[in-house]
Amino acid sequence: MERSDAEESLVAEVKVDCRGENCPVPLVETRKALRRSKPGDVVEVVGTHPSSKKEIPMAVEALGLTLIGVEEDESGEWTIRIQR
Amino acid sequence: MSDTETTAAAPAGEQEQAGAASRPEKITIIVHSGDFDKIYSAFIVGNGALAMGMEASLYFTFWGLSRLKKGKLDSGPLSKMHMLGMGKWMIKRRMKDKNVRALQAMARDFKDLGGKIFACDMTMDIMGVKAEDLEQELIEEYCAVGTYIREARESVVTLFI
Repeated sequence: MERSDAEESLVAEVKVDCRGENCPVPLVETRKALRRSKPGDVVEVVGTHPSSKKEIPMAVEALGLTLIGVEEDESGEWTIRIQR
Repeated sequence: MSDTETTAAAPAGEQEQAGAASRPEKITIIVHSGDFDKIYSAFIVGNGALAMGMEASLYFTFWGLSRLKKGKLDSGPLSKMHMLGMGKWMIKRRMKDKNVRALQAMARDFKDLGGKIFACDMTMDIMGVKAEDLEQELIEEYCAVGTYIREARESVVTLFI
C-alpha cells in the first residue's frame, strides 16, 4: 500500500491492491485502509472479486462515507474510490 | 403528573437514546464447533461484520475453544466428508488455488479490526487447558456464560456455529 500526497493539499491517496483476493479479504483490506486514513483522504481499492465490487459500496454506505466512483475494465478488474 | 416532572425525565431519556444510537451494531457468535470449515465461517462472518462497521465478538467454547490452542486454529476436521483427512486435504488445496486467506491471518485481521475473542474458562477447566496453552494475544477475556449473555443482549445479530 503506497501513500502519495496530492500536490498542494495535505490530502493523501491511499491505495489498496487486492487483485486475486477472495472473500472477505477485499472488504477487510478496505476497512483497514479506511481506518488508517484521515478524513479528507481518498482510498482507492483495486480488485477482481466480483461480489466485493457490490459489497464494498455497501460497506461505504454503512460506514456513512461517500463513494466517489466504481469502474470496471473488460478483464473484470474493478477500481473503487472512496472519500474518507 | 406535573409538567416539570415530564420535562425533567425527557433529557435523560434522550441522552440514553443518543448514546445507544451512536454505538455501532454488534454481532456475537458462539463458536461451539471446532470443525475447520465452521471456524472459517465464524471468522469470515466476523470479519465481514467488522468491515461493514459493526462490532463483533466471538465466544469460543467446547470444541471451538480447542482451536484457540497455540498453532491449532486450522487443525479441526471438516464437518462433513472429512474422509479420514482426505476431504480436508482436498478442500485446503481448492482454497489454496483460489487464494483464500489462511485462518491464522483471518484471526489477525479480526483482532486488528477491533473484533473481540472470548475464551470460555469452564471449557478450559473441563478440558485441562491453561491460558499459557492458548494464543493469548488473540484473546480479549477469559470468562463464563455471563459475559456471553452481556455481549449477546447488546447484539442485533447472534449466531451459534
